[in-house]
Amino acid sequence: MKTPEPKNEKPTVCGGGLKISVCLGSPCLASGAEGVLRALREAWGEKPIAVIGTGCMGPCSRGPMIRIERDGYPTAYYERMTPQAACTTVAAYLAGAAPEQGRLAPDFPFIALQTRVVLEQCGRIDPCDLNSARAAGGYRALAHAIGKMTPEQICCEIGASGLRGRGGGGYPTGTKWELVRAASGRRKYVVANGDEGDPGAFMDRTLMESDPHRLLEGMAIAGYAVGARDGFIFVRGEYPLAAQRLGAAIVDAGKAGLLGRNILGSGFSFRIRLRIGAGAFVCGEETALMASVMGRRGQPVIRPPYPAQRGLWGSSTLINNVETFGCIAPIIRNGAAWFRSVGTPGNSGTKVFSISGDVATEGVLEVPLGTPLRELLAMAGGVSGGSFKAAQTGGASGGCIPASHMDVPVDYESLKGLGTIMGSGGLIVMNDQRCMTDVARFFMHFCQDESCGKCAPCRTGTQQAARLLDRIAAGEATSDDISQLEQLCRFMRETSLCGLGMAAPTPVLSTLRWFREEYENHVRDRRCPAGVCAMEGTPCRD
Amino acid sequence: MNVHDSHRADDRHRALERVMQQHRLRPDSLIEILHAAQRQFGWLDRDVLGLIAARLRLPPSLVYGVASFYHAFRLEPPGRHRCTVCTGTSCHLKGGSRLLQQLEQHFGIACGATAPDGSLTLENVRCLGACGLAPLIVIDDEACPHASFGPVVERLTASLDGEDTSP
Repeated sequence: MKTPEPKNEKPTVCGGGLKISVCLGSPCLASGAEGVLRALREAWGEKPIAVIGTGCMGPCSRGPMIRIERDGYPTAYYERMTPQAACTTVAAYLAGAAPEQGRLAPDFPFIALQTRVVLEQCGRIDPCDLNSARAAGGYRALAHAIGKMTPEQICCEIGASGLRGRGGGGYPTGTKWELVRAASGRRKYVVANGDEGDPGAFMDRTLMESDPHRLLEGMAIAGYAVGARDGFIFVRGEYPLAAQRLGAAIVDAGKAGLLGRNILGSGFSFRIRLRIGAGAFVCGEETALMASVMGRRGQPVIRPPYPAQRGLWGSSTLINNVETFGCIAPIIRNGAAWFRSVGTPGNSGTKVFSISGDVATEGVLEVPLGTPLRELLAMAGGVSGGSFKAAQTGGASGGCIPASHMDVPVDYESLKGLGTIMGSGGLIVMNDQRCMTDVARFFMHFCQDESCGKCAPCRTGTQQAARLLDRIAAGEATSDDISQLEQLCRFMRETSLCGLGMAAPTPVLSTLRWFREEYENHVRDRRCPAGVCAMEGTPCRD
Repeated sequence: MNVHDSHRADDRHRALERVMQQHRLRPDSLIEILHAAQRQFGWLDRDVLGLIAARLRLPPSLVYGVASFYHAFRLEPPGRHRCTVCTGTSCHLKGGSRLLQQLEQHFGIACGATAPDGSLTLENVRCLGACGLAPLIVIDDEACPHASFGPVVERLTASLDGEDTSP
């Protein structure tokens, strides 16, 4: 079987070999990237310079970002571009200079030290152009998989790669695929979980906005491997740009014969539909997500049966996170052994992190699993505004890592050992100006808002725990309240119906484990050491 | 007045009907259809929910149950201007929640509520996924990165004052 060559490929390097890429990820757009792109196109639209809009380049807090590539020059990234600054910079390039103003150092660690596997084409290709994705290798893995491999071989290869679920659970992906493949039943489904609900997580948004075809390709390979003809992508409602680009990508791929009926003439058909979330954190839980895909209230049900046994409309269903699907094409292209060579034994491959909070550069980082937390911080330029106090992983379901464990390798087991979880990859760094009690209170209020109300331990527990934390923050608590809080948290963890309720107490238990003294300051001395919680004896910060 | 006649006369109802037909009136497309209805009407009133229930052959209680379960669906009319404050983790740490409180006090409306004259809705969102821009506020679909109280109030006041108040 022959893969059709991409037609009408746009010239990417011309005009003296000058190629300018403008990041059109949503943070850069919010900072004015569209104006930058327009100004560059207006100034040089007629002259032979390639100006393209791409997805995310990584350092979101420094946007709008542009990248300039020119033969004979090192690739340069420029930060915080305005339309005028961008035009001035490009004009200088045309005159043979490479201006310093706004240029990131050539070895800028946030960019230079990344190992990009999932995000390899993010910020390089035009996410709205199928040809751009195909020229960079997109859909080659799909053609290889359906042309040269059997479904069993694919499941085996994914299993051998050691890939584990990137949504946070860490379940072996190959095992899950094999379960669905072996399941009986005429209809099966593949679902991509793009309901990135954890506050502070934006890895999946980045991939969906910047390289939507990568996700479609991974899902189509999965469909072939498990014997499904239908796929759904569940996108968070707060990500309109991701939904728009995915929608366009599905149409383009369908027209090119890469999705839909009889893909690449192989006889295999696979259709993908989008489902837009409507703002419910609990829909990240797979049984709630399935209820939502079927048009119902996003309320979870007890597992087992697992979706692989009984999922959408009672059929066997494969649910993976967006980032997990993003790993599939590289594994098929380069082989399981290559994937295992990245990361550590038991934690193969890379992980994408969204790092934000008190760091010099906030944005999206991809590193091999097992990279020490200290190294991640260094890549982000270190802690800003004070010294390192803690890093929160796993969002509202996770815990924090204190300064004494900064050298912890970031992998599934090591984080679990510290009482937190890998989660989907949100990493929030806090300096010594932050109050950990306030952080715990913030997450508990979040879970209270987001509890679906089905089971009492979560519905009532989050409310009571939030009330206790309010009392602590207001300086009205007694030491009994802390022990009551602990007891309540253990109870919720043991008895809640789904992952949301079971994990809701984790931020409290984790901050109590590492920063108990701070809770006691609030209770015993009626004082917030960081000066965040407003109470008598604490000088108001404003 | 025959409610259905006035529905047919209305472009927005026609657009909604088109979307429902695209989804072949399948009950599992309910959420997509509610999204479409909210795009058309700005919010979901009883009549629209009833209409959707009838077209999809679902009990009205189920449609209302789904619409009221999800945060994204409005069951009350929104203000002419909207101010959405992100209260995700990074935005909270960098003052987003405090900013929301200040705005509540300044405009005298609680989070999630609309001013009595219908001019402004103040609301929060749990993370827009643009944490590098914290604290982030969105005013009428336009993002204001690294927001602070003074400029936000100035901007909102300008929008409210610039309103054409003639009917």
